[in-house]
Amino acid sequence: MVSILKRSLAIITILIIGYWLAVAMSHVPFGQDKMLVGQYYLNHVKDQTGAINAVTAIVVNYRGFDTLGEVTVLFIASTGVGALLWKRKRERTARVPGSVVLTTGTRFLFPFIVLFGAYIFIHGHLTPGGGFPGGATIATGFLLLYMAFTVYEIPHKGFEVTEGLVGMSYVAVGLIGLLIGSYFLYDWIWQTWHVGTVGKLFSGGFIPIIYILIGLKVGTELSGIIDNMLKEGVSGND
Amino acid sequence: MNCISCINYIIIGIMVLSAVFAVEWRDLLAAVVGMAAVSLFASLLFFFLQAPDVAMTEAAIGAALSGAVFIFAIKRTRRFETEEEEKPGWWVRW
Repeated sequence: MVSILKRSLAIITILIIGYWLAVAMSHVPFGQDKMLVGQYYLNHVKDQTGAINAVTAIVVNYRGFDTLGEVTVLFIASTGVGALLWKRKRERTARVPGSVVLTTGTRFLFPFIVLFGAYIFIHGHLTPGGGFPGGATIATGFLLLYMAFTVYEIPHKGFEVTEGLVGMSYVAVGLIGLLIGSYFLYDWIWQTWHVGTVGKLFSGGFIPIIYILIGLKVGTELSGIIDNMLKEGVSGND
Repeated sequence: MNCISCINYIIIGIMVLSAVFAVEWRDLLAAVVGMAAVSLFASLLFFFLQAPDVAMTEAAIGAALSGAVFIFAIKRTRRFETEEEEKPGWWVRW
């Protein structure tokens, strides 16, 4: 009896809140520009950043500090997975080998998946994409390797060193802007020298550099998460 | 009615259906497949809404990586949900 009362009370509350939100939202015009900053970005993105793709220009150049925060969040998530699943001795415990279709398909597809991921993050300032989709694509390539071969492991040493170096060089690229005499994550390549022509691969200031760094970092980190999730602690005499 | 918006509505319908199935199914492996289907159709919808970069991210992370991580977690625990003592109706779950 009490539970029915509680439920009906909750449903009435939800209905009231829903009606309130619906009435409030019906007065907001949908799909109209209410902010001027978007138009400002679209007008000035080419001469201020040298990139064609306005989305990545905003993500890396205008809002570069947020992107550094995102990379940090991903790093903390990867560290947390590693800490939660930590065991002294861990091995892959898969018994069933992948089928012929899976192994052969993985052998053929893996280089192309990595190539496509690298393409996505190298051309981040020209075509849709960027460091995060590119890195995730590379990580799916490593996931395919893990599923196809029962003994495969990523080269841990190289991946960890790459991850650390790449994360530090992102901060270093930002600090160079501070050294020049401007602010942190100042686009020192495009704003001071105007390297390259707009629309070509060698343009966009430091957007390609930072996206290559982010792509490598995201790829190695997500591969590390997959590795941590797949391996199981061996409870033997160690 | 315009045909493109027809396709959008069909995709949204499939997404809602897969989401309901992902919640309702007792077999957790099937529920993960339903969740990955939601992400896959969401990425298709993002592509139709002219956001190809978001579509790429959604397809790689939502459909592939998070589904794989959930499947690894199921492999370490149990595959089927246990029955609760009191099962409320489909319209409200506490």
